[in-house]
Amino acid sequence: MQATHSHPAVHDHHAHAQPTGLMRWITTTNHKDIGTMYLWFSFTMFLVGGILALALRSELFQPGLQLVEPEVFNQLTTMHGVIMVFGAIMPAFVGFANWMIPLQIGAADMAFARMNNWSFWLLPPAALLLVISFFVPGGAAAGGWTLYPPLSVQMGPGMDLAIFALHILGASSIMGSINIVTTILNMRAPGMTLMKMPLFCWTWLITAYLLIAVMPVLAGAITMILTDRHFDTHFFNAAGGGDPVLFQHVFWFFGHPEVYIMILPAFGIVSEIIPAFARKPLFGYTSMVYATSSIAILSFIVWAHHMFTVGMPATAQLFFMYATMLIAVPTGVKVFNWVATMWKGSMTFETPMLFACGFIFVFTMGGFTGLILAITPIDIQLHDTYFVVAHFHYVLVAGSLFALFAGVYYWLPKWTGHMYNETLGKAHFWLSVIFFNITFFVQHFLGLAGMPRRVPDYALQFADFNMISTIGAFGFGITQLLFLYIVVSCIRGGEKAADKPWEGAQGLEWTVPSPAPHHTFETPPVVR
Amino acid sequence: MDGGNDRPAPMQPGHGGPDAGDTASDNRVTLRKLLVVTGLMFGFGFALVPFYEKLCDVTGINRIVKRDDHKPANTQVDTSRSVTVEFDANLRSNLPWTFKPLETSVRVHPGEIATVVYEVSNVAGRAVTGQAIPSYGPMLAAQFFRKIECFCFDKQEMAAGETRQMPIAFVVDPSLPSDVNTITLSFTFFEVAGRAQAGTPLATAAAPAGVTAPQSKIQ
Repeated sequence: MQATHSHPAVHDHHAHAQPTGLMRWITTTNHKDIGTMYLWFSFTMFLVGGILALALRSELFQPGLQLVEPEVFNQLTTMHGVIMVFGAIMPAFVGFANWMIPLQIGAADMAFARMNNWSFWLLPPAALLLVISFFVPGGAAAGGWTLYPPLSVQMGPGMDLAIFALHILGASSIMGSINIVTTILNMRAPGMTLMKMPLFCWTWLITAYLLIAVMPVLAGAITMILTDRHFDTHFFNAAGGGDPVLFQHVFWFFGHPEVYIMILPAFGIVSEIIPAFARKPLFGYTSMVYATSSIAILSFIVWAHHMFTVGMPATAQLFFMYATMLIAVPTGVKVFNWVATMWKGSMTFETPMLFACGFIFVFTMGGFTGLILAITPIDIQLHDTYFVVAHFHYVLVAGSLFALFAGVYYWLPKWTGHMYNETLGKAHFWLSVIFFNITFFVQHFLGLAGMPRRVPDYALQFADFNMISTIGAFGFGITQLLFLYIVVSCIRGGEKAADKPWEGAQGLEWTVPSPAPHHTFETPPVVR
Repeated sequence: MDGGNDRPAPMQPGHGGPDAGDTASDNRVTLRKLLVVTGLMFGFGFALVPFYEKLCDVTGINRIVKRDDHKPANTQVDTSRSVTVEFDANLRSNLPWTFKPLETSVRVHPGEIATVVYEVSNVAGRAVTGQAIPSYGPMLAAQFFRKIECFCFDKQEMAAGETRQMPIAFVVDPSLPSDVNTITLSFTFFEVAGRAQAGTPLATAAAPAGVTAPQSKIQ
């Protein structure tokens, strides 16, 4: 720890003696290197989870069982969810945090540079556990990403591997969050008060607090499953006096803040990009901060809206229904602020702005289906149908993922020193948004017509929409290879990027050269 | 929230000034605080278990295997209406038992005490312990169905080949909504793993008279 802290003071003498090749990446404590590794890791997991999703959609292309057995289908749904949530979306945002937070607050590095290295290197073993769980007897975990008992208590060793993987991923997230909170609270440049911070830092500060509060609760819940499985406890076993519904309460106490963990940093990224391309300061900065905090606090009192069908008293259903609908207020404040930022702005639509605008449009649709699902009597009808699948893909794919793409295009010139290919970037956006809607919009109709989620086969009347959805899914998947090509060719070369490639961009990150040198802000900048 | 972060000290012309040392110790303090929060939240996850049980107990949501001993407001038998109570029996976890009610349904007046007998046999060549869990259809009926005596209040240890008749005595609360005319009571027996082999004092105490140690040795 001591060496870590003295690092900024002595690195000048070390800079030339750095290990090269693979050892550079294994031993690095540099926030930019670690951020890059996080982003590549999450993109790899995004492709793995995407291949699982395409396997699911292939099976669902036609009614009947064609490609995979129902048991394998269940494993694919479960692992698609776990890998996308814990392996793709969350590490991607941590990668952004590592790269951008020190640059945006004028710090030399993250607070605990070695812990930062450890946080990252915990991820590959966890991913490996998830992947090899497909090859153990009984296959991978198959009870859904929510790991509900009794299935999760009865399943084979694949579930143990998933639980260990989640423990490791959780530990990594907690360490990453401690690092982020400490960096933001203690290492801001002189004059950079909290209320002058870029909104991306604000949303990550709040997200990190959420992670520290709820990841340990998930760890507790899956530990209880583990002891139920192997040590004869009966937390969730009805025969021993336990209650499976208890798990749902504990899980969703984690799970609802978790969905905001996956969207708040996306709000932050979009709040950076819209002002840059509207060439106006963000409208209602203070209200954005308070709205983000309100969303975070409210997220702790709405968890039971995921389980309206377990048979809770009407009073509880009403409470959770109204509390959930209340979240639409701060979320609405944010959406209106983004639109007001655009109002009378001198807007241009480069790829980051396209993705940010696409984010607002499609995320808002996902928000509205969320409001529909918040209404208890409707939710009881739609629970566990494809309507729910459509809803959370609208907020997670078109929400979190589109914001991630927007952020990559926005900061790629800073990271690589080159401009990406604007034509291909725009093509990536339009193909993504069109194929996304082909895939998921029709799933609303499937859900309203009563098609349950997590099924490998379905009744004939659902055949047409499922076929459309599968075609869209393959289009969306292949489009992401275009994204890989754009990023790789941007790293390899391209037009030289200026220090500030976007005319309206604000923030300290644009005061350093492009590409950002290995060490930045060794002398803290002064913010007026 | 901003306390302690505005550094009034003048800027040092380089790094590694007194400022760097302060930040390092500030960071360690923050790290310790956040680790404490992490530990507390891990404990909180487990604290939700007794909290949930207490809440269900107090509100009466989940008192399914406990005696309903609180007095109904009205002890009068409501002879003006009758309710059909249907009985169902299930086995789970490959429990090597047979389990069935002797009568599949009874008609009772709300407020009237009724008793039904279930018969259960252990067809395995070993002692097995099970726990019965009730569930109700419609779900609403659960809160108006008062069990006075039930084999589901205890774990049942069955010797090899043993057959036993077990009663359930109940009252349907007269405040049962008038649109409920039929209540289905479904019991599912779950095997309590490890109990029979271990022969813990708890399991022996819970088993009714008739299961004696010599009997369980005959196999």
